Amino acid sequence: MTGPLLDITDLRVAFRPRGFRARPLEVLHGVSLQVGAGETLGLVGESGSGKTTIGRTVLGLVRASGGSVRFEGREIGGLGARQRRALAKDIQVVFQDPYSSLNPSMTIGDILTEPLVVQGATAREARTRVRTLLDQVGLPSDAADRLPREFSGGQRQRIAIARAIAPEPKLIVCDEPVSALDLSTQARVLDLFIDIQRRTGAAYLFISHDLAVVRHISHRVAVLYRGELVETGPAATVTSTPEHPYTRRLLLAAPVADPIEQRKRREARRQLTPHPTT
Amino acid sequence: MSTWRKLLRDPQAAVTGSILILIFAAGLSTPLLAQHGPNESDLSMVNAPAGTPGYLLGADESGRDILSRLLHSINTSAVSALIGTGVALAVGVSAGLVGGYFGARTRAIAEWAFNLVMTFPGLLLLILLMPVTGGDYRYTMLIFGVLLSPGIYRIVRNLVLGVKNELYVDAARVSGLGNARILGRHVLSVVRGPIIIAAAFMMGASIATQSGLAFLGVGSKEIPSFGDMISSGFRNLYVAPTQFLWPSLLLGLITASLVLLGNALRDTLAGSRPQPAKVGQGQRAEVTPQPPAAADPEALLEIRDLTIAYPGPGGQPREVVRGATLAIHRGQTVGLVGESGSGKTQTAFAVLGVLPDEAVVTRGSIVFEGRELIGLSDSEMRPLRGKQIAYVPQEPMSNLDPSYTVGAQLVEGVRSALGISKSEAKTRVLALLERCGIADPERTFDSYPHQLSGGMAQRVLIAGAVASRPKLLIADEPTTALDVTVQAEILDLLRDLQAELNMAVLLVTHNFGVVADICERIAVMERGQIVESGDVLEVLRGPRHEYTRMLLDSILDHTAPIREASR
Repeated sequence: MTGPLLDITDLRVAFRPRGFRARPLEVLHGVSLQVGAGETLGLVGESGSGKTTIGRTVLGLVRASGGSVRFEGREIGGLGARQRRALAKDIQVVFQDPYSSLNPSMTIGDILTEPLVVQGATAREARTRVRTLLDQVGLPSDAADRLPREFSGGQRQRIAIARAIAPEPKLIVCDEPVSALDLSTQARVLDLFIDIQRRTGAAYLFISHDLAVVRHISHRVAVLYRGELVETGPAATVTSTPEHPYTRRLLLAAPVADPIEQRKRREARRQLTPHPTT
Repeated sequence: MSTWRKLLRDPQAAVTGSILILIFAAGLSTPLLAQHGPNESDLSMVNAPAGTPGYLLGADESGRDILSRLLHSINTSAVSALIGTGVALAVGVSAGLVGGYFGARTRAIAEWAFNLVMTFPGLLLLILLMPVTGGDYRYTMLIFGVLLSPGIYRIVRNLVLGVKNELYVDAARVSGLGNARILGRHVLSVVRGPIIIAAAFMMGASIATQSGLAFLGVGSKEIPSFGDMISSGFRNLYVAPTQFLWPSLLLGLITASLVLLGNALRDTLAGSRPQPAKVGQGQRAEVTPQPPAAADPEALLEIRDLTIAYPGPGGQPREVVRGATLAIHRGQTVGLVGESGSGKTQTAFAVLGVLPDEAVVTRGSIVFEGRELIGLSDSEMRPLRGKQIAYVPQEPMSNLDPSYTVGAQLVEGVRSALGISKSEAKTRVLALLERCGIADPERTFDSYPHQLSGGMAQRVLIAGAVASRPKLLIADEPTTALDVTVQAEILDLLRDLQAELNMAVLLVTHNFGVVADICERIAVMERGQIVESGDVLEVLRGPRHEYTRMLLDSILDHTAPIREASR
């Protein structure tokens, strides 16, 4: 197959606010991006930029009001429930919050077998697969009998990753998967993502507000600002010598862990934007 | 299961549960216990007293065995409860699941239907429909179940609306699960607890209604029922007073037990509500305060050997802060860094004197301007808190009251801190808001919190915190919830204010970049202990402790080589 795995062109999404005759509020104003097979596209933006909405549209959780979303050349924007369910094998998700993304009343084993059984695996096959999956994400196999609350944030995120890779998808939408984690855990979970991509060849649409995280994991980076893409390019270019002023501001706003370096950054940032408090 | 064990351990649940089991078991064993049929009358036994052979509790006005009638009445009430509750649950739960989970149109239809049902006058309707039901209490209870269902519908719909947007339901949808399966497995498990609780109450209501109707004499006379028995007992009150006693007692016992069991279930299943914090006591300390010995003369705040413990699962105290020592000089900014659970926030709370009720300071001292803070009562702490020592929280939004304007909240704080008039306070607040980088202070003053962005809300809280020109500002992850560009602005503001007011800042954070940006000194916390502290430049460039090194190594570098395109 030629062409990108995921091809989004001129995507528009509008939400209808509550209230009689309220005007729809457009949050994405025509976004186009592509993710190739086995590639990681980092999608960076601040809160309200619409980055999560892009991910949810790809997952079929939000309906687009315009534009197209193509997966392997096939339009998936307006699929019916049944066809959408069939797509679950190919497109998976890891959410931000490892606490609310796992059902607190189900054991890890049940959480992991459920999608497999739905895809048609027998209970026995599913159980074997769960053991492999837990091993792949670095969790002990006795984890299957335990409940989510017995695990730390980082471990829960590993469980969410195991659930995502269970049907061997071609694309995983990662919506801020490490931003709720501690610094040291964050680095380890990112390495797990990279390791899994190497082994399974899954592509990632990696959504984050943190330029450093995106730089670490992405091949290419797209920067979103108020519902529009302002810059797209190779990760190295976008995250170190960005062209767009907004990306530059984003880069300089993230503090570095060295007082002298940080002072230089602060000066550079102040020159870029007039200081609002003075 | 632990829920069962918890229920058994709850005396209220255990006692009422046992009473109900006993009563209904007696009802089930009616064929064994009853020597006469419920409607079998023996004219020689009319109003026979209790203890008559073969008639343990005596006989009623028609010479029917009271014990037998009681036992049969238990079964009548059990059947009433099952039918009434069963129908209410079947209708209410299924409609609630559908109405809550699917779109707005489905919900509107369901809502309309149940609102209509709710407008029916319940008892009156049941009596009016007697010709239709033919006096059979089972059909009556069926209708009663429908009348009860709106309550269940509302409970279920609200719960489902809450669960529907949980990420794990989204994840299930992405996993390719159908709606029926999502409703059955993910949504139903959440609504189970509240439904069980409501069922207990509805059973009581069903039994009471059935008895009430029978007492009024509506419905078939063939069916033995508490209501019928009480009514007959009433008529014979002066002849044989005990006839009225037995059914009333049993009916009262059953309905009261059901209500109390429902309450006990709610406490156990829904989790007991968090105990409201006791105000006025101050935080608990188990140390004998010692006179501050050999204090650092420069220090504004000196924490020494601070240890805070919480009651652990086995009753053993669990120490969350272990011997923390930290000093802050006047006008100095100190960063307290650590991962989640390291005890950094607990340390900050101890200084403010706002540790939760179950926490105990077991060791150490906190000296602020030469005064020991540990052991102070809440009223002794109040003149310090918010005036000398101010606080900026992590979540700006949840620290503003949504029902008051920003201005009203700030004015109240400033007035209580400085004791000035309302108009003076307002002028002061407006000046502060402007100083804190809010473009249109008048408008923000009159805004409600939900009208502000996160960054604006944090500026408002900072304005409130520095209003009293505090000597020490404790900021607990003040920028963690904000975007990086906003974070940079807030840090600039904090830096400027700190220099302007010459106040000391204790900045609790997990972000080394933030520390590098604003702090002079740093203290690194790991599992309740401060493992390394010193000058920011020295620690960040040459960390001595292994843990600090590990944390610094985990920072994703902005300059390190990155992934090459793998294709």
